Amino acid sequence: MQLIHHSHQPWRQAIPYVLWVALAVVVYVFFPDQLPLGARIACMAIFVMSLDLVVGYAGLATLGHCAMYGAGAYAAGLWATHVSGDPLVGLLVGAVAGALVAALSGLFLLRFQGLTFLMLTIAVSQILENLASKMRHWTGGDDGLSGFSMGKVLGLASFDLSGRVAFVYAVVVMLLSLWLMRRIMGSPFGLACVGIHENRLRMAALGSSVTAHLQRIYIVAGFFAGVAGALSAQINQIVGLDTLGFDLSAEALVMLVLGGAGHLHGAIAGTLVFMGIHHVASAINPYHWLFIIGALLVAVVLLPRERWSLAWRARLASLGAARVHPSRGVP
Amino acid sequence: MQLLANIAIDGLAYGMVLFIISVGLSVTLGLMRFINLAHGAFAMLGGYVCAWLVRLNDWPFVWGLIAAVLVTGVVGALLEVLVLRRLYRSGELQQVLFTIGLTFLMIATVNLLWGPEVQLIPLPVWLSAPVDLGFRTLPAQRLLVLGVGVLVVMLSAWVMHFTRFGIWLRAAVDNTSTASTLGIAVERVQVLAFAVGAGLAGLGGILGAELMPLEPYYPIKYLVLVLVVVSVGGMGQITGSLAAALALGIIETASKYLASDWGSMFFFVAMALLLAWRPEGLLVRRA
Amino acid sequence: MNPSPVLDIRGLCKSFGGLHVTRNVSMQLNAGERVGLIGPNGAGKTTLINLITGVLAPNTGSVWMLGQDISHLPQDQRVRLGLARTFQITQLAPRLPIGLQVELAIHQRLGSVHHMWAAVSSFTPVREEALHILHTLGLADLAQQAPVSLAYGQQRLVEMAIAMALQPQVLLLDEPMAGVPTAERQVVLQALDTLPKDLAILMIEHDMDLVFSFAHRMVVLAEGEVLAQGAPAFIRQHAAVRTAYLGEVG
Repeated sequence: MQLIHHSHQPWRQAIPYVLWVALAVVVYVFFPDQLPLGARIACMAIFVMSLDLVVGYAGLATLGHCAMYGAGAYAAGLWATHVSGDPLVGLLVGAVAGALVAALSGLFLLRFQGLTFLMLTIAVSQILENLASKMRHWTGGDDGLSGFSMGKVLGLASFDLSGRVAFVYAVVVMLLSLWLMRRIMGSPFGLACVGIHENRLRMAALGSSVTAHLQRIYIVAGFFAGVAGALSAQINQIVGLDTLGFDLSAEALVMLVLGGAGHLHGAIAGTLVFMGIHHVASAINPYHWLFIIGALLVAVVLLPRERWSLAWRARLASLGAARVHPSRGVP
Repeated sequence: MQLLANIAIDGLAYGMVLFIISVGLSVTLGLMRFINLAHGAFAMLGGYVCAWLVRLNDWPFVWGLIAAVLVTGVVGALLEVLVLRRLYRSGELQQVLFTIGLTFLMIATVNLLWGPEVQLIPLPVWLSAPVDLGFRTLPAQRLLVLGVGVLVVMLSAWVMHFTRFGIWLRAAVDNTSTASTLGIAVERVQVLAFAVGAGLAGLGGILGAELMPLEPYYPIKYLVLVLVVVSVGGMGQITGSLAAALALGIIETASKYLASDWGSMFFFVAMALLLAWRPEGLLVRRA
Repeated sequence: MNPSPVLDIRGLCKSFGGLHVTRNVSMQLNAGERVGLIGPNGAGKTTLINLITGVLAPNTGSVWMLGQDISHLPQDQRVRLGLARTFQITQLAPRLPIGLQVELAIHQRLGSVHHMWAAVSSFTPVREEALHILHTLGLADLAQQAPVSLAYGQQRLVEMAIAMALQPQVLLLDEPMAGVPTAERQVVLQALDTLPKDLAILMIEHDMDLVFSFAHRMVVLAEGEVLAQGAPAFIRQHAAVRTAYLGEVG
């Protein structure tokens, strides 16, 4: 687990953002027919980042994160179908739906730990998936929810067939989400989450109501998962049952681990790698990407990167990252 | 009335298949505390080898079954000794991810060798014919599944309680370090338990081929089911796994017959309730 | 005897199945008082600590702190009322820099762990207080280091720093000297000297030299019940206590 980003200077923290923007610009200019894929990657990256909050920071292994993603997707889809096609409002609706699902399921789930917790997260998302399938009238069942159209983003640009607007929209939302999540995890709240991950016993002895704290981070993660789901509904203009499926939760976990958990930038990197490989390899044979991803996973586990990242962080720390000097003789 | 009987028979058969596949995972989870998400791949392997031998090489069904189970057991043993053993001390997430990666590799390999189509295992005439029990006629295959399941339960009970291996196994599950200081060859117990578990999974894959079709994505499709049985039944609890598998098998079959548009929702609601009620395992009382 | 003790334990009983681990234990702690809790292994000392902190619930009996019945309060609320403890086996976040861990304790105390927006580094008073506490214990230069790269004795000190950051009224020290190499003993002793004089401290220890020089009063626990209480000199020559310890490596 990589540690949070407290001791780095502000300008150093900005570097990854610059890189992501640069990458987006390169894709926009040089790969115009890959923009729909790029938008989907940006959207998935938000989902994987929200998963990072729960898995990487708070240390809770979950395979049911899709519950919040799907809730956000269906909420946004239904909102666009029945109320209004304004994209930004739709994002908010999806976010609230995700947060709500997280709040309610968290009340139950967070009483448990370890394998039991993991299995129960699967149960919750599967229950929601089956419920969505049953409520065919609302969700379209196996056929999915479609036929809704999106309005103009900020009243300026409407989604075009080439996917340019969708791409810019998705990337901006992704960067904004990244910034927000890093801010939240850089706060005392985020520090306490990491503390719980590292040593629950110690946190309890500090007077932390651990379960209440975990419920809060779960809701925050649900909020952003809902944003991701809503975004996906808007740029794809269809919501299917797979947004609530176990497969998606498992794939997101794989993406997170490939890129590195615990600092959010890895979530984006992992998503890029996974979806990139999937896209390229699937064109050859629908199963070949499994070879590559499978081999990558095996390699990631067998070659411990923690050693490298610890050494890297030690080097950064020695470059004088502290800003407040020890005060001598303060009463 | 007929409907209830159908639900009971099919539900028990389905539950038995789940049990036979899952019992190996439960034991290895309890024994090595190792989360092997590739366990479903053993079921798939057993099914595929049997299908290949029986359908493509014209072996008689029984020989094909035995050979397939043995092959799966050997593959399991090799995997444990050469690869998985190194990961026993790794964290949960590491084990989960490694075995998912392994599963992906196996899925892709199977597709490479045999393509993406469903593999059918043609049953011999004596198995596909219905058997008249007097009060009901049942497909012989169902009887076989139920019979094998009961046999597995009885054999494992006998092994666990009346053989030295069983005592070693139970000791090693309870406390691995103490067991090894007592001179129990823990590593050998682990390999053997793993191999038997893998072989049983293969057996379950063959017997359940009708209910759970054999195709490359099999390990992932049915991973959740297996995990549910193991977690509800309790890690390392054989009787717990049996109870969980049968209960969940019946619930799932009943909901398929009676409320099919609800899908598997009742299955997962039941699972969540059972797990919340008894997190350590169905038949384990919380300390 | 001070009429209102800071910590008042009344008739605590705890059993696990048929095993009676704590039998009718009563004792009191006053502000500024230092009490040493000793007893042979298995006497139930750590269980008593767990009962006081709320990790375990007693079968009968009650725990009062500052005149309030805390017997049914969860662990975190007891901490917020002023009860802090250190652990026999060091319980620190292994890879989190110790400066941040002390800051976290302060945030927990101030209730600012709910702040989701302001960066940790912007809480300058908290940072300064954390560094001051570490400075008192001689650890200020190590603020950026994580426990995994510190000596064991230093880790024990961090435990104390964190406990101090909570500004408790009652401090429970669970074997502060446990596992500390002889070379680092002095460091821990000096740290104990820096503890505030008005703090009520209950210390469990096997290190007899330490307890006898540190404590104002001693309580001896054997087989779950209080065998004797009194001044160190009285305990030292108490017959039953010597019997209980016969064969024990002190």
